[in-house]
Amino acid sequence: MEAFLTVDDLKVHFPTVDGVVKATDGLSFGLARGKTLGIVGESGSGKSVSSSAILGLHRGTNAVVSGEIRLDGNNLLALSDEEMRMRRGKEVAMIFQDPLSSLHPYFTIGNQIAEAYLVHHKVSKSAARTRVVEMLDRVGIPQADRRLNDYPHQFSGGMRQRAMIAMALINDPSLVIADEPTTALDVTVQAQILDLLQDLQRDFNTAIILITHDLGVVAEMADDVLVMYAGRAVEYGPCKEILTHPEMPYTWGLLSSAPDLTASTSGRLLPIPGTPPSLLNPPSGCPFHPRCTHRDKVPGDLCRTTLPELLPGHHREDHTKRCHLADPDTVFRTEILPNLAPELVEESS
Amino acid sequence: MWAYIVRRCAVGLALLLALTLVTFALFFASPVDPARFACGKNCSEQQRDQARKALGYDKPVYEQWGNFVKGVVVGRDFPADPELRAAAPEVVTHCEAPCLGYSHLNARTVNELVKDAAPVSISLAVVALVMWLIGGVLFGILAAVTKGSFMDRGIVGLTLVAYAFPTFFIAVFFLKYLAVKWQVMPYPAYTSIEEGGIAAWMLNLLMPSFTLALVFMAGYVRMTRAFVLESMTEDYIRTARAKGLQGRKVLFKHGLRAALTPLVTMVGLDFAALLAGAIITESVFAYPGLGLLTVQASAAYDLPTIIGVVILAGSFVILANIIVDISYAFIDPRVRLG
Repeated sequence: MEAFLTVDDLKVHFPTVDGVVKATDGLSFGLARGKTLGIVGESGSGKSVSSSAILGLHRGTNAVVSGEIRLDGNNLLALSDEEMRMRRGKEVAMIFQDPLSSLHPYFTIGNQIAEAYLVHHKVSKSAARTRVVEMLDRVGIPQADRRLNDYPHQFSGGMRQRAMIAMALINDPSLVIADEPTTALDVTVQAQILDLLQDLQRDFNTAIILITHDLGVVAEMADDVLVMYAGRAVEYGPCKEILTHPEMPYTWGLLSSAPDLTASTSGRLLPIPGTPPSLLNPPSGCPFHPRCTHRDKVPGDLCRTTLPELLPGHHREDHTKRCHLADPDTVFRTEILPNLAPELVEESS
Repeated sequence: MWAYIVRRCAVGLALLLALTLVTFALFFASPVDPARFACGKNCSEQQRDQARKALGYDKPVYEQWGNFVKGVVVGRDFPADPELRAAAPEVVTHCEAPCLGYSHLNARTVNELVKDAAPVSISLAVVALVMWLIGGVLFGILAAVTKGSFMDRGIVGLTLVAYAFPTFFIAVFFLKYLAVKWQVMPYPAYTSIEEGGIAAWMLNLLMPSFTLALVFMAGYVRMTRAFVLESMTEDYIRTARAKGLQGRKVLFKHGLRAALTPLVTMVGLDFAALLAGAIITESVFAYPGLGLLTVQASAAYDLPTIIGVVILAGSFVILANIIVDISYAFIDPRVRLG
């Protein structure tokens, strides 16, 4: 499987008066055409910052981006601002979280989507319009030729997200980054939008990076999963593998805090204790150790003093994790699995 | 839309009516007797009563107010005392609707006074508006896009200076150095377009308009800068960049479109207030506009003129408000009038 996108040791650092905020600190992953990578983590774990870096959106700010992002063999970080701009929206496109605030309130839907097409294609306005109608049609907006004259506020939430998807896909990008595309939507609409993304991915053979904190979405959509914590990957591997044999306590925490639809309402969710760490002064050693309920199982002071390497776990070479636990499998099977929501387990097995 | 406009206009009229009522009540609550002012210092009790009757001040306030409102609608004749009008028809002055009153001190109707003074104030306001809008928006954008740089700090610093100096100081400063000492500009004296053509009109307006524009410009620079900086952090700006749009298009199309919208409200209200006269600027430059008229009328306790000018100014502001609100329906697609 030839990787189409490879990210190698990506670092995004923001210098501030109080010190350097390491929003992303040495992130590496690969993604093939037509595949989906789910990036999971709490707010502030560096998911969005990392994906913005792929799009080059940190250019012109004071962020320091280093490492390597190879798309189809080209290192995006080595490109000039203008070369990167030409690729933005054309080869890499992004779908944002809140389609209402992400669309300009003063321009019509058609105008905004056509703009995305016209930046990268030297065609007439009417040709662009035809293409916009075609795309709106494709993403399932009824009477597209009329609705494109509407303003964003005249669309429903789901329709707006469909329009955003049409905008992102209008130039046939080979990579689409979807930053929590369903977070702002109703549950019923969420499923439609995810189905649409999968359909379009099949048709266009697009690689998708799906940023989410919803493991249900990941289970349904992703081929690979990358769990992020404090700017680093803490577990990375094939989706099925991660959901059935997670080896990192943070991933366990995410799984345990997912609601269970079939359990009685008196059953309680198990949230991860504590709050995400400050990226300005991350904890020493493993950044998750202050919140980790399993750190006592590691001998000595290892969790507090030493950052674990991202190494292959006990099952497969391509399943890597950052944890000092000697036998995570047993802990997972005995302590975590019995309390998990059955849908997640089923879906992933 | 039309229903909305009609309704707003009706409310505006009611507001104006209330304004006349308040103005009347305020001035008659003051301890000064207008009849004594009209009559002069060495005036016997009897003469004063005569003057009061001739000017109509002997009537109750509500009746005077009624006559005033009637005059605005259908016009009226002066002096206010009908017996005097009948006895001496040669002194009767007719004041056409909308009649704002009669200034016995000037022996002219307020309408005529306003007609003379308004073009001066309007010229001043229009030229100043153009200056402060161009200057304010351009420097505001410049400061926003160079945020934190030497340029930005320089512009923001200069706006502070312009804010800090009072208008009368700047006016006198310009007069002394530009017109008197170095003589790079003529000493400004209002010249209408009919008298001297556009060039002379403009040349004479430059200094007073710029003086007037300066403090507004300072405010507009700061506001434009803030609005642009704010709109450039919006999510839709990120979307525009993610599309691959050129940086200047992101700024000038997406950023400015949102940033400049709130300016419309400010421009409308500031301009309307200025139409009623820039009191300090007109006073220092001796420009015979509505501002100077107001100052002179206040000093002389010329009650009818004061009331007339207050109501004129009020109607400008009310009208500007209606226009701003209606224009929003065209500027912001989310606004539906109803």
